[in-house]
Amino acid sequence: MEYQHSVSLDIEKCKGCTSCVHHCPTEAIRIRDRHAVIDPMRCIDCGECIRICPHQAKIALRDDLLDLQRFKWKIALPAPSLYAQFNNLEDVDFVLQGLLDIGFDDIFEVSRGAELVTARTRQYLKLRKGPRPVISSACPAIVRLIGLRFPSLKENILDLLPPMEIAAAMAREQALKDHPEFKKEDVGVCFISPCPAKMSYVKNGLPGYKSQVDVVVGFKDVYFLLINEMKHSRRPKTLSESGMIGIGWAASGGEAMALFNDAYLAADGIDNCIRVLDRIEGGDFPNLEFVELNACPGGCVGGAMTMQDPFIAKARLQTLRRFMPVSQNFVDEKEAIPESYFVKDMGSYTPLNRLSDNMAESMRMLKEIRELKEELPGFDCGACGAPTCRAFAEDVVKGNASKYDCILTHLEDVKAYLKEHEGKA
Amino acid sequence: MSEALTLHFDVNGEDFTSAGQASVRFKKNMRELGVDPEIIRRASIAMYEGEINMVIHAHGGVADVNVTEDAIEIILTDKGPGIPDIEKAMQEGYSTAPDNIRSLGFGAGMGLPNMKRYTDEMKIESTVGVGTTVTMKIKLK
Repeated sequence: MEYQHSVSLDIEKCKGCTSCVHHCPTEAIRIRDRHAVIDPMRCIDCGECIRICPHQAKIALRDDLLDLQRFKWKIALPAPSLYAQFNNLEDVDFVLQGLLDIGFDDIFEVSRGAELVTARTRQYLKLRKGPRPVISSACPAIVRLIGLRFPSLKENILDLLPPMEIAAAMAREQALKDHPEFKKEDVGVCFISPCPAKMSYVKNGLPGYKSQVDVVVGFKDVYFLLINEMKHSRRPKTLSESGMIGIGWAASGGEAMALFNDAYLAADGIDNCIRVLDRIEGGDFPNLEFVELNACPGGCVGGAMTMQDPFIAKARLQTLRRFMPVSQNFVDEKEAIPESYFVKDMGSYTPLNRLSDNMAESMRMLKEIRELKEELPGFDCGACGAPTCRAFAEDVVKGNASKYDCILTHLEDVKAYLKEHEGKA
Repeated sequence: MSEALTLHFDVNGEDFTSAGQASVRFKKNMRELGVDPEIIRRASIAMYEGEINMVIHAHGGVADVNVTEDAIEIILTDKGPGIPDIEKAMQEGYSTAPDNIRSLGFGAGMGLPNMKRYTDEMKIESTVGVGTTVTMKIKLK
């Protein structure tokens, strides 16, 4: 089945400028016919182009809250970064109460799942030998990036499901237990997401695994509804069942720090993550147990569907965490990690960098690319629609562009022509 | 005066990840009692700081809460190492918390000062090698 993306283009708004082309970390965007075209094979749904587009032409596809109407019991699954969107929020309970007040029948914090995954990861690091460092599986953009660009690091990815999935499964299970009158399909689990990558994860699942989440909406879709309700609520019920560890996952470093293991690294921002992955792949890397990578600046608080500046959001989280219990979700470490936590198959992607399936053919193409690149001006101006001269050369050799699309080399031709004909006209 | 409602919380000090649990239950109880939100906030912070202190320094302890119509009284008792110099311990920024706990944001030396700030009365009785009892009172009227 074709991979379903959640980053899309509003062709009416796109001016064909090259902002997104230059910022795409996987060089997935080209300008064709004066507008952007996203290569679905290369796109990792990181949302960089949504953030950078000066014309708001890049959109994060998501579900509509109305999609929940088909369910009899609607459960909201707020990502912990949601709590960081509000000014002067004193207690998470105000947000959770707000979600109930806007029409959800129940809530289940993703941070609860996060605390359980944290506890299981601690156990995992203790018991599982395997390659090091273990790389977090929480950011779907990173997991997809590894599949496309760093296939040799696939074995390093933590093969436990991310908090969202653990929380969704628990939420459904609890709803069915509390309300035996409902059938499985009556219960709708709605993830409230900071980013498009999570949306793609839910829509595509993994080989042999279907996401436990039914509907995904962005922060923007609930923010104003929530603000309206929260204004009136003075005494929320005590609803939160997670602590500083779970909430901490919202910002870069939170997941790793909660492992109580000093041998970790946490990087955020897609370019920084790529640099770290390059180092790990190259072997030029310290002996670390765990690497947390978040595609968005600052971690999930920097997601492309959030409302607030990531650094302000991070500061708010610190305040919010201040008087929280360390954790409220525990596991029995004597018991083995349940099978239901494991990802059986991370999926396989075609490595991006391979020019063709045939080695000899690839070598021929590479030679051609290098030769063509020498002829190009090397300005990486983007006027041809490709991010760099190198990418353009590759496009030409693959037959996806014409070498005459480079107006700069063309310009030299015109000048030469004019010079030649000088005075003859 | 009506009879006091007493609440008892065990503070588990075995596992650091369980620190703060008693405060959550305490806050829930206070909300159920319909205590004013601002008072809940102050009392919860005081309770929380006290609980964290017992976990960090004393391997846990117990919290007894007496609620009357006039006041909330929180009594924290532990069998920890005791505080040799209470005056010093009360200084903002003074901390003896270990590094691994500081990495989570604890141990800034604001525990006891916060407990004093957010309550109306606070009394510390401590004997080195025996334990510490902290009594805090927040007036409801």
